[in-house]
Amino acid sequence: MKWEVRISYKKGVQDSEGESTLSGLKTLGFNNVDNVSAAKVYLIEGNLTHGDVEEMCRRLLANPVSQDYSISEVK
Amino acid sequence: MAYKVCIIRAPGTNCDRETAMCVESQGLEAEVVHVKRLMEGEIRFSDYDGLIIPGGFSFGDHVRAGALLGKILKERFGDELAQFSSDGKPILGICNGFQVLVECGLLPGNTAQSALTTNLSSRFECRWVDLSVETSRCIFTDGLSGSIRLPVAHGEGRFLVTAGELKELTNTGQVVFKYAQKNGGSAGGSYPENPNGSIDDIAGICNKEGNVFGLMPHPERAFYRFLHPRWTKSDESESFGDGYKIFNNMAEYIMR
Repeated sequence: MKWEVRISYKKGVQDSEGESTLSGLKTLGFNNVDNVSAAKVYLIEGNLTHGDVEEMCRRLLANPVSQDYSISEVK
Repeated sequence: MAYKVCIIRAPGTNCDRETAMCVESQGLEAEVVHVKRLMEGEIRFSDYDGLIIPGGFSFGDHVRAGALLGKILKERFGDELAQFSSDGKPILGICNGFQVLVECGLLPGNTAQSALTTNLSSRFECRWVDLSVETSRCIFTDGLSGSIRLPVAHGEGRFLVTAGELKELTNTGQVVFKYAQKNGGSAGGSYPENPNGSIDDIAGICNKEGNVFGLMPHPERAFYRFLHPRWTKSDESESFGDGYKIFNNMAEYIMR
């Protein structure tokens, strides 16, 4: 089984990678860009249930204070 | 009138002051210029006789190391920089500066498309390495030969080109430094001599004309003899380290 885990910043937490990418894009002339958020995607393969992957997120991949996670199965 | 060298900094650049010091010790004037001042049109590249993009983590290494500063330089100042280079003025990119020169296309400066990507070790490699000085047309390494030691400090230093392009770079004398064994022999791609997995052990390249040079090791961190961890065992009559000659050559080239 293959799972995709997406880790993003919680609303209100400074996303400096998103911010510097936004300012870089504007500098290159993409003036219609309003916001950029950076996120990290992990592809995790193995004999794993949704619950296993959720536990990985809670115990390692996401910081509960500053990050959100979402899990989806890759078909 | 003193010759002036522009040292570009961006948020996250952290080797600008010591690089400026190396330049000033050679009788040149060094000006550390924030990229914002260039974007606001306060100053122009044509006001300078040389350009250095120093080490650090410009724009936090976001997107890719060197990508944001590289693309800003390419898209906002591409023509000015191309003119600067074709006027034969020297451009040096150290570590993050090398990544910037590659991202903005000033290196390799021909049809080859190169990249500096994540080290094969998946680690930030921060230590001294041995380098062999290749026969090249680089103006920064005049008088250097054999092997030298410089420190590296990077997470994304793995130089990549296709096999055909590697041949082209080699044939045109654009390969300047290679990671090597202690005795100067080929590292043969093996770790830890080659710290990042660069193709053909490449640590630094120049453009076809030899006036644009990028390297992953830090010559400014080996400017004086006593910066080397084993400096007490080196020749006491020598004040300088292996990085000195690069700045000295740049100055002599500018004042020629």
